[in-house]
Amino acid sequence: MSVEAHEMPRLPDVDPLEDKPESIPQAARRKLSSPWASFIVVVITFLWTIPTLGLLITSLRPAADAQNSGWWTFFANPAVTFSNYAEVITGGDTIPSGITPYFFNSFAIAIPAAIFPLTLACMAAYALAWVRFKWSTAVFFGIFALQVVPLQMALLPLLQMFNLGWSLGPIPIFPDLNRPGSEQSLLAGTYIPLWIAHTMFALPLAIFLIHNFIAQLPRDLMEAARVDGASHFLIFRKIVLPLSVPAIASFAIFQFLWVWNDLLVALTFAGGTPDVAPVTAYLANVKGTYGAQLHLITAGAFIAIVVPLIVFFALQRYFVRGLLAGSVKG
Amino acid sequence: MTAIKRRRGMALLAGGLAAGMLLAACGGSDDSASDSAGEETAAEDTAAEDSGGEEDAGGEEDAGGDMAAGCEAYADYMGNEGTTVNVFTSILPPEQQLFEEAWAGFEECTGIDIVYEASDQFEAQLPTRIAGGNAPDIAWIPQPGLLERLVADGGPVAAPAATEALVDEYWNPAWKGYGTVDGTFYAAPLGSNMKSFVWYSPQVFADNGYEVPTTWDELWALSDQMVADGIDPWCGGLESGGATGWPATDWLEQVMLRLYGGDVYDQWVSHELTFQSPEVEAAMDVVAGWMKNPEYVNGGFGDVQTIALTPFQDAGAGIPTGECGMLQQASFYANFWQNFDENATVGPDGTAYAFYLPEISSEFPQPVVGGGEFVAAFADRPEVQAVQTYMASPDFHTSKAALGNWVSANSGVPLDTYAADSIDQLSAEFLTDPNGIFRFDASDLMPAAVGAGEMWTQMTAWFAEDKPTAEVLADIDAAWPAS
Amino acid sequence: MEELLTGLEKLWSGFLGIVIFGVLIAVLFFIGSRFRGRLSRPAAILIFLGPAALLLVMGLIVPAIRTIFASTQDASGNEFVGWANYQWIFDSQFDIIVNSILWIVITPIAATALGLTLALLLDRMRREAVAKSFIFMPMAISFVGASIIWSLIYEYRAPDKPQVGLLSQIVMWLGVDDPPKWLLWQPFNNYLLMVIMVWIQVGFAMVVLSAAIKAIPSDVVEAAELDGATGWKLFSRVTIPMIRGTLIVVVTTIMFAVLKIFDIVRVMTNGNYGTQIVANEMYAQAFVQFDVGRGSALAVVLFVAVIPLIVFNVVQLRKDRATR
Repeated sequence: MSVEAHEMPRLPDVDPLEDKPESIPQAARRKLSSPWASFIVVVITFLWTIPTLGLLITSLRPAADAQNSGWWTFFANPAVTFSNYAEVITGGDTIPSGITPYFFNSFAIAIPAAIFPLTLACMAAYALAWVRFKWSTAVFFGIFALQVVPLQMALLPLLQMFNLGWSLGPIPIFPDLNRPGSEQSLLAGTYIPLWIAHTMFALPLAIFLIHNFIAQLPRDLMEAARVDGASHFLIFRKIVLPLSVPAIASFAIFQFLWVWNDLLVALTFAGGTPDVAPVTAYLANVKGTYGAQLHLITAGAFIAIVVPLIVFFALQRYFVRGLLAGSVKG
Repeated sequence: MTAIKRRRGMALLAGGLAAGMLLAACGGSDDSASDSAGEETAAEDTAAEDSGGEEDAGGEEDAGGDMAAGCEAYADYMGNEGTTVNVFTSILPPEQQLFEEAWAGFEECTGIDIVYEASDQFEAQLPTRIAGGNAPDIAWIPQPGLLERLVADGGPVAAPAATEALVDEYWNPAWKGYGTVDGTFYAAPLGSNMKSFVWYSPQVFADNGYEVPTTWDELWALSDQMVADGIDPWCGGLESGGATGWPATDWLEQVMLRLYGGDVYDQWVSHELTFQSPEVEAAMDVVAGWMKNPEYVNGGFGDVQTIALTPFQDAGAGIPTGECGMLQQASFYANFWQNFDENATVGPDGTAYAFYLPEISSEFPQPVVGGGEFVAAFADRPEVQAVQTYMASPDFHTSKAALGNWVSANSGVPLDTYAADSIDQLSAEFLTDPNGIFRFDASDLMPAAVGAGEMWTQMTAWFAEDKPTAEVLADIDAAWPAS
Repeated sequence: MEELLTGLEKLWSGFLGIVIFGVLIAVLFFIGSRFRGRLSRPAAILIFLGPAALLLVMGLIVPAIRTIFASTQDASGNEFVGWANYQWIFDSQFDIIVNSILWIVITPIAATALGLTLALLLDRMRREAVAKSFIFMPMAISFVGASIIWSLIYEYRAPDKPQVGLLSQIVMWLGVDDPPKWLLWQPFNNYLLMVIMVWIQVGFAMVVLSAAIKAIPSDVVEAAELDGATGWKLFSRVTIPMIRGTLIVVVTTIMFAVLKIFDIVRVMTNGNYGTQIVANEMYAQAFVQFDVGRGSALAVVLFVAVIPLIVFNVVQLRKDRATR
């Protein structure tokens, strides 16, 4: 599944791999005794899975069991209940409001917030790679360096922008969206601030990774198209985008997971209401409020990680391709 | 960090289960509808507040006229039909439903729609929203220190005279002081909690023949008796996420107020009395002989260090089982007992009950440390002022208190509003008693760098790492803001 | 039922957002393709780069400049205090910096080394994909979720009680009567927290490095083997140099993640018991204690700490470009 050799993109400077007889580690591993290698792998895989397994098991246990005994005692005393999940999904005696509205919010936030930065990053990466101009290299490195800006420090200025607007002297950069006579911004209670904020924070890494991929597309292809009189916009749509699908897909998954798991941006721009707040905000609330109700918190946590897990398992074959571009060299 | 403590307590309340979902479902459309309504009427001249508000805002007089039946009590708030006031708080559902129930009549009669929004990140969110130009109309602020800071930055607007009149009439003057900054009164108190309680199991006390102690000496005699009987007399927990350490600050506050009375306590809060002064050091020694005494703690959990690790919500787990004798915690802890046993009840014959942490010397009678939140407004539209005044009235406080699990220090609320023998009633007795010395939770009054920062951190290190008292106090002093 | 309907409404508004965004881009493209001749290049640059540049300026560059400015101001941001905030960091917050450096150095190296080992061991092994999926899985879990998961491991209970934390139970099975209070156990508690980050990041390192190893051309391997290189020699002389670029990218990516990450520390210990790091102290100063000046100064220290990393990476990138 994940990164079988034949699925590797045929990048110009990466050789096709199908007919490769044996890779280096294969040769190296013959020297290591193979059973030992297998053993180590099995042990690590097991270790890496245990914590999540503990979560799953705890979430399926009755309240008293979960709170008063370790989850591993489940194997000696297997009692399974789904009522924890029922309570977390729809609400119940202990937690009055369920996770469902937040679940939809997470989708409504994460899907656009994955698509927007991707599109803009593809455009920017294309300009930086193929419409070279005097400062394009400097701009590219500048964007790369922007990854260090701590997100926390950007929150307040952005919030001001959404609510009060920004202007440089008399020139409005971002309009003041408050309705006259109202304290509330037009954007309050919508997903729009979240989309914009996630897009901004994702751009540096997205541009960097996608640029690495796009820059490696065959030069003659581009030049031929230019000679035929195709505009940059046509080349972008007809050549660059279709060829960049692996990179786009991998970054899309990455960004979707990131946004889905984000808490800080969501808290700042969406607050904690069921109108717009995502699953992570719900989970943080529940963890703070019902700290001792281990069986319910674990059920909520498991629901929250199911979607990213599905996305990841379904699409992981695309995951690596784009990340690889630019760093893998023959 | 009163907010977190109380929030956790309230959220554990049972009941109001379906309402949360319903609200969740309607939330979105509600917002947009009410917003546009607010816009239309914001410009209307609504003079009701100016004309009638100054007198007895909770008044019973009949306004007569075209008023719907049953709305007489709200006469002073009329004239704001179709307006919206949003309230931002740290009090999460299911408590939200009880508030909405309490003001349902007000909303119906006055036509003012009160939109409730809660966040568990309230303390971080509110200043961010104000700085971001997205201030709520009204916020319930749990720390006077936070109110002071917001006023310094120019957020809240002064409370209308009608609100101030109500507070003068119904509250212990100390409370008004906490809502006042630089001589201007901003915020009336809302709910309160009483922190000077010791929780115990009436069953365990009866089985062992223990008497509820009424003096400081009896308290220690009882503790030693428990040790002799093989019971750890005390338990505690400091872990509370971002606010880890606050219960230890409460212990120090209890001792400070009992040893030295209100005036010295006030000097301590304003840093005229430093943490390194002999007074505070002596108080720390008392706490050390109590909660850091290896003979006494940590019932049900282990040694002294476990106090730092134990979530405060779990701290009382050993009380019903008899593993721990007593737990010093606030009134809101009443909501936590069902965590340990679904059928737990609170009362003189229940699973757990509380007694007043006795005074140390008769020189300072009945000291009470408490907390609560304050209603600050960020807009002076007439409907906002109407809601603000209503939230200070005995009417509102009585109807909220009648719904249970909530205490008001408003002396206009009759004590029989609370369930008999409930912790609420016991708390209200102490909070409204004019003869007691009432002081607000000191850490909520101190600058955030100390009260929501270094003091938590250092008290935690005091327990977790056994950091020397002198170093703990010196480090807290060093964190006090220069100005 | 009602919940589902509102849910669909929410999804619809998400969809609508995407459509509107698509239309905007299409309009931009349409306008851009109207330009011909000399103007077509500048127009293309403006339209391709403009939106991203605008967002970057508003979302990152302006806030970064404001942060540097705010770091020289007092708590409320009204008065110039010069270096006082930095003085405070180096006088009283030195432990925090040491902890952060430990995090920045140990976590990426541990995650990358383990990821590389796994990539080598797993290569073409039977059921490779299954093992990879399980090891990669923590990547998909939020920090909130991870903190809940790991509290089931590090939880301490008195030895005479039924244990809830797995780690305590294991050492008790191994014959230790009184397991340490893991999160209080200085200085090892720092490393226990790092384990969580390594747990999350190893999958990433493994998957990327594994793909890089597979991309090494076979003729290189064959030539090396003909020269008699085997085992360790083959690995150190051929594999490592061939995947050097990928290794740097992996280490750097994890380092950036570690620098900004504060959730793990915040949720597990809140920075108590000697585990505080710069990113969490920054959040606490700026958002809990409202000292914008100190919070900003801590942020600037973070920037500065990363500059060598950035420079190193840029130099590497330039080298790569030169050889392309």
